[in-house]
Amino acid sequence: MKVYPNDDLLLKGLASNDKQAIEVLYKENFGLIQTYILNNSGTTDDAKDIFQEAMIVLYEKAASGSFELTAQIKTYVYSVCRRLWLKRLQQSQRYNSPVESLDEVVPVEDELEEHQKKNEAYLMMEKAMGHIGEPCKSLLEAYYLQGKNMQEIAENFGYTNADNAKNQKYKCLMRLKKLFFTQYKNGN
Amino acid sequence: MDEILLLDAAERYLKGEMNEQEKASFEQMRRTNPELDQLVVEHHFFLNEMNRYSSIKSFKNNLHETQAKLEAEGVLKEKALSAGAKVITLYKRYKKTIAIAASIAGITSLLTYAASNLVAPKADINQVQELSKKIDDIKKTTDAQGSELNKVKDDLKVPNVKFKSSGTAFLIDAKGYLATNAHIIKNSSTVVVLNSKGEEYKAGIAFIDNTKDLAILKIADSEFKPVPLPYAISKSTTDIAEPIYTFGYPRNDIVYGEGYLSAKTGFNGDTLTCQIDVPANPGNSGGPVFNENGEVIGILSTRQLETEGAVFAIQSKYIYKALDELKKNEEYADIKVPSVSSVKKMERKLQARKVKDFIFMVKGN
Repeated sequence: MKVYPNDDLLLKGLASNDKQAIEVLYKENFGLIQTYILNNSGTTDDAKDIFQEAMIVLYEKAASGSFELTAQIKTYVYSVCRRLWLKRLQQSQRYNSPVESLDEVVPVEDELEEHQKKNEAYLMMEKAMGHIGEPCKSLLEAYYLQGKNMQEIAENFGYTNADNAKNQKYKCLMRLKKLFFTQYKNGN
Repeated sequence: MDEILLLDAAERYLKGEMNEQEKASFEQMRRTNPELDQLVVEHHFFLNEMNRYSSIKSFKNNLHETQAKLEAEGVLKEKALSAGAKVITLYKRYKKTIAIAASIAGITSLLTYAASNLVAPKADINQVQELSKKIDDIKKTTDAQGSELNKVKDDLKVPNVKFKSSGTAFLIDAKGYLATNAHIIKNSSTVVVLNSKGEEYKAGIAFIDNTKDLAILKIADSEFKPVPLPYAISKSTTDIAEPIYTFGYPRNDIVYGEGYLSAKTGFNGDTLTCQIDVPANPGNSGGPVFNENGEVIGILSTRQLETEGAVFAIQSKYIYKALDELKKNEEYADIKVPSVSSVKKMERKLQARKVKDFIFMVKGN
């Protein structure tokens, strides 16, 4: 098996959400994907969409830590994009004939299935977050997403002390959980 | 309030913020209280989901920012669709192969040409003449065969007449007796019947009763091969509301229809007929009306013009009456109508499949 030291480095950068790594990946791969999608009845916007989704798949993989690159990133990204695009064409019934491909592809079906599941959970969380309203949303984001401590939060949100803020946070969290799990149970 | 305390404990436990003593007692509680355990598991799952949500969200932000930045810098260019791109790539890729293939093809064709010139025997004039004589012979035989064929065709052929009316008929005796409506073949000198496979037979009129609108035809064609009938002709009438089905030729294909018996009498209390509710069109006339057991209970005959869905059928017992009449003539004394249906208790679909080959299209001039 070939080793791609540069690719490994890129993956590590990606896993740590490094903007520079993202930029390099864009520069090296986007052109190919754009050409592919334009040649297969898509637009530049479609290409951007598909590429972003592929980046997220790659990020999930990289962040999971268990990902071993068995092909070049270029091939992997191309395979993922191709699969995603074919699926989208099928869904929109713009699918005329199987799109022939001249470039090397690797099987990515399993990964995409996993990604699909994760993406569904992500969308559920996003929806739940969208429904709890303010100040709950900002409060939870400050604590769980931005990692602020309760003292800071109490000051920012105007609570008399950290304990009050904490109580409020848990009340919000309980509502968020309820919203999330209702969707989650219905979804399964 | 309790719930909040529990949630706080679970969260601190999961984040590893508890001290040893606290942790031990919490784990002890967890072991003895399945609800608490459930809460911890659930919260663990939820926190994981939250973390993933958070990291993907920030990754997405970075993606958007990077893309916007690259777009602004003009690194990501909007490409115009180039129609020829694929062909050109293909061409570039296979240029060498194409060149080699072309030269091999060229050499091969030259070689073949040379070889065929070298090996091919020069034709002998005598041989050519002999051949042409042989062709003449073959032509003669073909001509002879052709005229023979034409003779056979003339014997067989259904006279080339224009048919004015068409309807449906069905076999009542495997020997080639069919029942149909009198009005279809009234005044016809030539009657032809066609089965669902498109096989055409000449038929003669054996019996016609214009008042009852009933006629019996006899297939007079040596090509016709008798096959036992799968259905029976019922002697009794059927009950109201009993499901029925019909076959007919309202167009060139056989058409199935289903309905029910709606009245035991026909138009204006006519006891000869009964009323059925089934989709019917002019070509359906003369078609059999089957009950669930695959017994013919009537012959579809007239449709009341002003009411949709009211169709009348001649009751099947009149077929027997007509046959009694017919049997007086010795020529027809051997007619035997099946009284037992072999498709009884079969599924409707299977019944229909078995029965439909015995139903014919009738054409009269």
